[in-house]
Amino acid sequence: MHIVVCIKQVPDSAQIRIHPVTNTIMRQGVPAIINPFDLFSLEEALRLKDKVGARVTVLTMGPPMAEASLRKALSLGADDAVLLTDRKFAGSDTLATSYALTSAILKLSEEDPVDIVFCGKQTVDGDTAQVGPGIATRLGFEQLTYITRIEELNESAKEIVVQRRSEGGVQVLKTRLPCMITMLEGTNTMRFGKMDDMFRAARYELKTWSRDFTGAEEAKVGLKGSPTVVSKVFVPKPRAEKAKMITADGSSPDALAAAALDAIFAAQPKLADDLLARAAAGL
Amino acid sequence: MVEKFDAIVIGAGPSGNAATYTLAKQGLKVLQLERGEYAGAKNVQGGIMYAHELEKIIPDFRDDCPTERHIIEQRIWLLGDDNYIGTNYRSEAYNSDTPNRYTIIRANIDKWFAEKIRAVGGLQICETTVTELIRDPSGKVIGVRTDREGGEIHADVVIMADGVNALLARRSGYQKEAAPENVALAVKEILFIDPELIQQRFGIKDDEGVVIEIMGKVTKGMVGTAFLYTNKESLTIGIGCLVSDFKKGDCPPYKMLEDLKNHPVIKPLIEGAEMKEYCAHLIPEGGFKAIPQLYGDGWMVVGDAAHFNNAAHREGSNLAMASGRMAAETVIELKAAGKDFSAGNLAGYKAKLDESFIIKDLKKYRELPGIMHSNKQFFGAYPDEITQAAHNWFTVDSVDKRTKEKAIMKSFVKRRSVFGLVGDAIKLVRAMR
Repeated sequence: MHIVVCIKQVPDSAQIRIHPVTNTIMRQGVPAIINPFDLFSLEEALRLKDKVGARVTVLTMGPPMAEASLRKALSLGADDAVLLTDRKFAGSDTLATSYALTSAILKLSEEDPVDIVFCGKQTVDGDTAQVGPGIATRLGFEQLTYITRIEELNESAKEIVVQRRSEGGVQVLKTRLPCMITMLEGTNTMRFGKMDDMFRAARYELKTWSRDFTGAEEAKVGLKGSPTVVSKVFVPKPRAEKAKMITADGSSPDALAAAALDAIFAAQPKLADDLLARAAAGL
Repeated sequence: MVEKFDAIVIGAGPSGNAATYTLAKQGLKVLQLERGEYAGAKNVQGGIMYAHELEKIIPDFRDDCPTERHIIEQRIWLLGDDNYIGTNYRSEAYNSDTPNRYTIIRANIDKWFAEKIRAVGGLQICETTVTELIRDPSGKVIGVRTDREGGEIHADVVIMADGVNALLARRSGYQKEAAPENVALAVKEILFIDPELIQQRFGIKDDEGVVIEIMGKVTKGMVGTAFLYTNKESLTIGIGCLVSDFKKGDCPPYKMLEDLKNHPVIKPLIEGAEMKEYCAHLIPEGGFKAIPQLYGDGWMVVGDAAHFNNAAHREGSNLAMASGRMAAETVIELKAAGKDFSAGNLAGYKAKLDESFIIKDLKKYRELPGIMHSNKQFFGAYPDEITQAAHNWFTVDSVDKRTKEKAIMKSFVKRRSVFGLVGDAIKLVRAMR
């Protein structure tokens, strides 16, 4: 059984500061941590390792400094670690990132077929929750998101039974391996690594893979492969205007709606004219 | 299988880093254990680093060490209620290629040092707390136990660099808990401010820096001092007093720091700055008489854990680095000579310390902590009298100078009596001798 856990190194959002003069995020002095959501998935992978003797490989894409997050994962008990790092990957959005990670997972599979990919539910810096499902789609893996519990893993039948939190309640799902799982936060607690693992993590010779090595196409990674455009980053200004209290005669819905509309049209006379004109034109 | 090292160093502060680096550089198999999440995570320092000791360990440290500003001006201020009297020393000579001291943000330095240790082959493991020393039946220290599963690790010698609380030495019965009058509690804030304002307000350019050491009424008669340091784009302001004085409960540390920040001569210097960090730490201030047993069978203690701090000169990290280096050199010499790490052989560490500025300086000021502790007039009456005298003397009001002199003398005598004044002078001389 080979499990890959995708992690991301993120700035500790609890400690981010905004530069008072330039309004930019000050990364200096902000500790880099493993995305907290990833840890729930890593712990679940390690529990499967304890239970069925799986091999756990952690995978991350990032600058060379992301090495620290991999060593941390190794110290918690992961067996191997791969750092996907290349200037060509810089600027990748979720589409390009899921492609790059998929190329690395395929590379890992050549040597030891991957049965389960764990991802964090989402990151705390991007918050998209797109990369995990993106990987699953590209690999053709079953997708198990928002999982609260792994009930059963049948290695010989290549089947897994999990509990999934959904809007209406809890779903119990059974599916084939290979699959991609994202764990819901709070479903487990990260362990405290053993001394041996601390030594192993400190001495481990990290595998550093470039774009060339994974065979990812240049046009599909980095800025080139990223259709997402960040048009502007800004600090929202606190609104200066105060909330307006609207009072109505009576409490019937019609009276309240009329009072609200009157107030809106009073504040924005153009809006009333525009709506009337559109109504007249049959729009 | 239990891992075995030549040496284990406990703690990743200046003393532990100096020891680990020195050992690793000589090719010894050394393990450094740090309980913080990363080196520097738990460390607090006022923020002055003296170059000379670091230079001895890493001669080219200036190439990449993340220092803040090099100090070209030292001010010493005695604060009154709304005034100060002081001295400045400023020199262009400190603008050399090899400045003598720097302001620092401590966490940055520790991270940098950790990289240097890794580069020379030292193994640093963080997030791991040493819970006890492991001793053989004869009492010789043979290793440590950590809070992790399978946490037993062996070594020929253990260097304790675990800071002011010296938890391991205390737990092992090598030290007693420091007395409240031998430990100061200091609080400080890092205030973020536009570097241009720093340059304007302190009359400096580029990476030049100013430090202000402060005594006076702001400590409300408690034995303590305050400071204001210029960093690259922040100011560090702090104040500390003996724990035994704070214990009386007249003024909590945070209030004292607020009062300092609002003092009319300090306030304009920090105006408009935004607080970025708040920290507190204990400082060993007992001096020579508080130095514990420094070595034994298979162990040595260095830095703050050995109470190496020169309160009178605000020196600590240099003593820490020097003691760490000397402990490491002792290990290296014994190892080269094929000798063991018995107490008798490790006495060589003590001999090195005795020969150095560490013990010589602490010995010179051995009476200072006791005298300050029991003579609060140096922190209450004198700042008051001296600043008032200055005010009278420099105020031009048609009173003749002879009368002014008499009034000043009278005020001093009234406050302290003639015997008191003479006694205080003798005490000061004894304290500094």
